[in-house]
Amino acid sequence: MRRCFQYLVFLLALIVATPVLALQPDEILKDPAMEARARELSRELRCMVCQNQSIDDSDAPLARDLRLLVRERLVQGDSDRQVRDFLVARYGEFVLLRPPLRWHTLILWFLGPAALLAGIGGLYLLARRRRMVVVEPAGLSGDEQRRLVELSGPPPSDRT
Amino acid sequence: MIPELGHFALVLALALGVVQAIGPLIGAHYRDAALMRMADSTALMQFVFVALSFAALTVCYVTSDFSVVNVYENSHSAMPLIYKYTSVWGNHEGSMLLWVLILALFGAAVAAFGGNLPATLKANVLAVQSWIACAFYVFILLTSNPFLRLAEAPLEGRDLNPILQDIGLAIHPPLLYLGYVGFSISFSFAVAALIEGRIDAAWARWVRPWTLAAWMFLTVGISMGSYWAYYELGWGGFWFWDPVENSSLMPWLAGTALLHSAVVMEKRNALKIWTLLLAILAFSLSLLGTFLVRSGVLTSVHTFATDPSRGVFILAILVFFIGGALALFAWRAPLLKQGGLFAPVSREGALVFNNLFLTTACLTVFVGTLYPLALESVTGEKISVGPPFFNLTFAPLFIPLLFAMPFGPLLAWKRGDVLGVAQRLMAAFAVGIVAIAVTFVIKGGQSVLAPFGIGLGVYVIGGALIDLIERTGLFRLPLATVRSRAAGLPRSVWGTAVAHIGIAMSLIGIVAQVWADERIVSLKPQQTVSIAGYTLSFDRLTQRTGPNFREQAAKFTVRNSGGTVVGIMDPSKRTFPARATTTTEASLLTRGTSQLYLSLGDANDDGSVAVRLYHKPLVLLIWLGSVVMMLGGGLSLSDRRLRVGAPKPAKKTAAKPALQPAE
Repeated sequence: MRRCFQYLVFLLALIVATPVLALQPDEILKDPAMEARARELSRELRCMVCQNQSIDDSDAPLARDLRLLVRERLVQGDSDRQVRDFLVARYGEFVLLRPPLRWHTLILWFLGPAALLAGIGGLYLLARRRRMVVVEPAGLSGDEQRRLVELSGPPPSDRT
Repeated sequence: MIPELGHFALVLALALGVVQAIGPLIGAHYRDAALMRMADSTALMQFVFVALSFAALTVCYVTSDFSVVNVYENSHSAMPLIYKYTSVWGNHEGSMLLWVLILALFGAAVAAFGGNLPATLKANVLAVQSWIACAFYVFILLTSNPFLRLAEAPLEGRDLNPILQDIGLAIHPPLLYLGYVGFSISFSFAVAALIEGRIDAAWARWVRPWTLAAWMFLTVGISMGSYWAYYELGWGGFWFWDPVENSSLMPWLAGTALLHSAVVMEKRNALKIWTLLLAILAFSLSLLGTFLVRSGVLTSVHTFATDPSRGVFILAILVFFIGGALALFAWRAPLLKQGGLFAPVSREGALVFNNLFLTTACLTVFVGTLYPLALESVTGEKISVGPPFFNLTFAPLFIPLLFAMPFGPLLAWKRGDVLGVAQRLMAAFAVGIVAIAVTFVIKGGQSVLAPFGIGLGVYVIGGALIDLIERTGLFRLPLATVRSRAAGLPRSVWGTAVAHIGIAMSLIGIVAQVWADERIVSLKPQQTVSIAGYTLSFDRLTQRTGPNFREQAAKFTVRNSGGTVVGIMDPSKRTFPARATTTTEASLLTRGTSQLYLSLGDANDDGSVAVRLYHKPLVLLIWLGSVVMMLGGGLSLSDRRLRVGAPKPAKKTAAKPALQPAE
């Protein structure tokens, strides 16, 4: 009875969780150049039901559908851009693993480079300020000179 | 009984933690030696109790006590023994317990080995360490208690997630946590220094070995995780820029920057404030990683919103510690005296350069990881930030960094001579250029950039070797002198060179994947497939039964171009009935540092099987490089220990007025 049950579970498992292993042999296009384009595109497209996987890597059925769709569009003569635009129109920008440069992604794209430039600029200013400090050891100001004279009494020449 | 004991031990650890969080602080303030020394015993006892608690949970797992919810949900009686041990931390509650165990371990280590620290600093460090510990004890006890019982014990457990049923789970999380959580010590040192309002080169010397140890574990921890993903997930990728990976990479980048800036601080008493900030940031990023992974915020902002108890708790911990430390920093740091001056072109300058690029790289990962979350919670707009983004923004930062790397150790302190160093590096430039040319000749124009990557790696290795050759006088002096000079060379010099060679090895391994070859085909038994000069013949497909799974395994015989059999590969697909899931078990055949990678897909009706076959040239260098980096860290650490252990500072350092001897 128990074995029987286990077998049932096993069968069920096969039905429920049949993982299709990422890209399948039957999906590959005959034309190697076009297949290469398809692979390149698939790596930049997100499998929306997975966590951070491209459709090229994903085992999910949706990813397979999208891979087939991408190839279908390419065979019909779409350019890479047209395929991408088509998918964005259908699924939104979420499908692109490299977000396009828009107003709402400005920070995403430019915070790093901006920080690097700011760092370089800051260091440059700091180095210049420090160099000035090193090069010109601050002499006594007029006030300090006067105060020194007051404290140390009149100059020796007066004493004679 | 045992789970209750474990629970109770954790409560006791919390009680000790509270005492340790307050007593030593007061002691340090009033210079009360007894109160300060108390921290030593409490830190050790905290570790003992957390270890008992952890042991209790382990006993529950090993004996398959399914009356404990946590065990029921993540274990199975038929699981091999090793996985019963590892599944202790293969779930949220258990992994948090491992987290605090390692936190307590580091606290105890400071108590045990920190004998040369000034009493007040040690007391403050242990108190701060205990605040963190208390926060996480409370978190576990209130929201993630692993010892909860079920009223009626089920007969069988629900099994551990099959992907985790692998030796990788025994290695990767403990190492990663040792690194991740190890940065808590640097953090505690930084906060303690801010509390005392005093920081000097000696502080850097004390904090460096702890940072170095944590960094070593984190380096290997990340890389072992990467290797695990590589062989387990079935398509041969080794880094996915997944938020979970990123959250371990960020502390690594900050920690690497910290290691380098602490050198400047120790040797030249400069960059003090910056070093403090990095020490705070490295652990803050560890906390952030814990939040990202443990709160469920990554799966979706919405899951986080529906069950926020854990997430909000960690967020509160995060805000308290990061906010508190940064506020303390903003308040106290301006009071610290700035140290030694240096020209922009100098060893210090090179290390500042290193820090600039590492922190920018860290920021890039930070923005890429958190921006989608922030955007979605502010505007509701969903975007994806994946590998193409990071490859474009992160990788370019490493080119100047690696190019400048050999310059650093060759430049003089205070004021260096770039042209002079460039001349000394001539041989390294030459081998780099030769490497580029050779790669072009062998591989042709498949990828224009990749040969330059290989050249960069070779040049970095050359640069590290030149540093060693110059210092030991190899090829210049008689062999006996060279030997004695090599022996007399500080271990940290060896460490630097070895670690730099390690990162260059990883670089070469990563770049070489441009030339990876791939075959995706359907094969029937007796058919063959060729890749990179190897021919694989598909012998047969068999069914096998494991302890808690069934598997379909294929047998392939691998022959080289001469027709000699070089190995057998047997990839399989495993089905775990308890969780109704299937995993692919790829088969790897190592040839030198390259690998053949074979994984099995579905069986078709006509008796053929889909297979994915890869040839990954030099792929092992990626992970070997990290092991070499750890080795470098270890060499450097052995040097530190000698110096730190010495009761009196070396003559040279004592001569500098800026250095304050230990109190």
